[in-house]
Amino acid sequence: MKQPNIVISGGRVIDPTNQIDAILSLFIANGKIAAVGEQPDGFVIDQQLNAEGAIVCPGFVDLCARFREPGYENKATIASESLAAVRSGITTLCIQPDTIPLIDSPAMIELIEEYAENTGMVRLVPIGALTKSLAGAELAEMGALKAAGCRVVSNARQPINNLLVMKRALEYAASFHLVVMIQPNEPWLSQLGVMHEGEISTRLGLPGIPETAETVAVAQIIALTQQIGVHVHFSQLSCQRSVHMISRAQYDGVPITADVAAHQLHLTETAVEGYNTMSYVMPPLRAEQDKSALRSGVQRGVISAICTDHQPHEAAAKLDVFSATEPGISSLETMLPLTLKLVAEGTLSMSHAIERLTNGPAAIIDAQLGSLSPGLNADVCVFSPQAEWTINHQSWLSEGKNTPFWGEEMKGKVMYTIHSGQVVYSDL
Amino acid sequence: MRQNAACLQLDQNGRLRHFLSIAGLSRELLTEIMDTAESFGGVADQVVKKVPLLRGKTVVNLFFENSTRTRTTFELAAKRLSADVLNVNIATSATSKGESLLDTIRNLEAMHVDMFVVRHASSGAAHFIASHVAPHISVINAGDGSHAHPTQAMLDMFTIRQIKGRIEGLIVVIVGDILHSRVARSQISALIRLGAQEVRVIAPRTLIPEGIQSFGVHVFEQIDSALSGADVVIALRLQKERMSGAFLPSEHEYFSCYGLTEQRLKHAKDDVTVMHPGPINREVEIESRVVDGPHSVILQQVSNGIAIRMATMAMTMSTINQTRSQQPK
Repeated sequence: MKQPNIVISGGRVIDPTNQIDAILSLFIANGKIAAVGEQPDGFVIDQQLNAEGAIVCPGFVDLCARFREPGYENKATIASESLAAVRSGITTLCIQPDTIPLIDSPAMIELIEEYAENTGMVRLVPIGALTKSLAGAELAEMGALKAAGCRVVSNARQPINNLLVMKRALEYAASFHLVVMIQPNEPWLSQLGVMHEGEISTRLGLPGIPETAETVAVAQIIALTQQIGVHVHFSQLSCQRSVHMISRAQYDGVPITADVAAHQLHLTETAVEGYNTMSYVMPPLRAEQDKSALRSGVQRGVISAICTDHQPHEAAAKLDVFSATEPGISSLETMLPLTLKLVAEGTLSMSHAIERLTNGPAAIIDAQLGSLSPGLNADVCVFSPQAEWTINHQSWLSEGKNTPFWGEEMKGKVMYTIHSGQVVYSDL
Repeated sequence: MRQNAACLQLDQNGRLRHFLSIAGLSRELLTEIMDTAESFGGVADQVVKKVPLLRGKTVVNLFFENSTRTRTTFELAAKRLSADVLNVNIATSATSKGESLLDTIRNLEAMHVDMFVVRHASSGAAHFIASHVAPHISVINAGDGSHAHPTQAMLDMFTIRQIKGRIEGLIVVIVGDILHSRVARSQISALIRLGAQEVRVIAPRTLIPEGIQSFGVHVFEQIDSALSGADVVIALRLQKERMSGAFLPSEHEYFSCYGLTEQRLKHAKDDVTVMHPGPINREVEIESRVVDGPHSVILQQVSNGIAIRMATMAMTMSTINQTRSQQPK
């Protein structure tokens, strides 16, 4: 089937990779970016999309999401969450390996990619397991995972208690030039905690997670990385001191990168007041100074990507006493509005904001993504930065309604999402 | 779901409709609880120890955690108010068969009950139930996790007021495991709200929760200086599990560093009052001689528990009755 030739005209094209920020037309042919600016010779327009007043940028790349399939289809499915993703301008998502069965074999890599292909809306990038069964004791078959196309491995939030196993896992991953994604967490320090340890956890009587649960792990991994030279990507930071340590290590030339979940840049521990289970998330929402430091990290590029850490849940998972509920926020659909809020508040310029959602995360997994360079797959997002919408049952597409922003007004709405040259979402 | 405890436990007119925590309650309301308890003081001395305030009402004691003292005093309090009492022992009941807490509540609601007295090992349990029950049901927190035990705190305030005549201006010392103690949190909130001059806490750092200073207390390291000039000393129970959790090396060391002894009490005021929420570990957190000595009011606390529980049950039920009678039929 021939794919239509599309022109997106009248919009402000922002492509951080090519340092473009201007009102230009974008031409798409055969599923690829054909040109930005001048119409290529012989380009016959099949479909014209009007983007006046809107921003045209590469489709967003999310480094951490859970679609719950396979294994937890009662919470969400690849089909339901793909729709929520494209509605949010996200065209590529990394899937954490903690599905059932786990992503620890070439067969599972193929299965996830096949699911995505059948759904036909987004590109799913399966993240392979770092250790066998994520149990933290033996190495996963990373060579086979790499051969199957896997570029990133991770132990999700499962602990590796033995540092020697961690060291060898990093060394083994380095042999295959895999990126190791780590959600820094020292399990002995976080074990029973359900929220940030501080004044509010003391008042609510909820077991706290000290910031050292994260910073001790960050310090250990930085030291190991310094020795081994493997590319480690810290995912979902939550603490001021982690940002400081990573900034310092990057300055020293240690090959580490980092991301943060969008909600960490807006919410703090106070969101848990009243035992609000919608704000129960791992790592926990922390103090005001942590939020500020994370914002500053994003601004300076110490944190090069903003992710969703999307975790949809069924209603019952959040309906119990706080400690008995499941952590996680359904967050695909708030990623863009929350990032645009940083622009409105003066923390980020629009092009920096786009960068943290496109070529920033793409650089971690695949440099062929997150840009509008001619010849690359045409993954494009067109959004209106000023359009407002309210989070409610009519507007929300994810199966997981678990967001602390429920009922709130959001600014920033996707008009079109294009995946490999196909319009997969249109807000018309 | 985002309602804080203060809004949830008061009705539109600021009257008590649930009793979940001390936080957010005014000094006037706390005083009203004590005054109401005082008015019930005579009931126990009558030949028929009953008043008909809760006649025809069904109170469910919903205990997800074991308790002897609290459960029995709640039961007695409900009976003295002429209520029917149902004791539901959840440890051997529905939730252990996999039923969710919310389903358990829905089922009990369907039996047309009027009040839940809830004890639960998880912080926020009473708050959760109060946010989900039908509007004609009142919830009283009989202890949730490490969060709150408001009736215990109020019976302690009531006891202090009986003995000292006031809370205002007093120096009160709380000794022991503040970290895990819901009693301590509620006591501190109540003492501060009722105008105590100074609230001091003393324990090793492993048992002092992060940010406790924000409650308005002073943290001490030396028990002798903490006791200096104290009007009231409250010792907290030390759970045996604290040794295996590496909070403390041994009971012996705890007693020698933090145990409340007759010798140490000499640093306090001559008329110091010694309290303990029970159950007591003699010679672990408190010396036997102090428990049974002239400063101890530990048994008076227990008797007062019934009056305070009667007061909070009567007040919440009256709020709900008034709301219902104002609604158009």
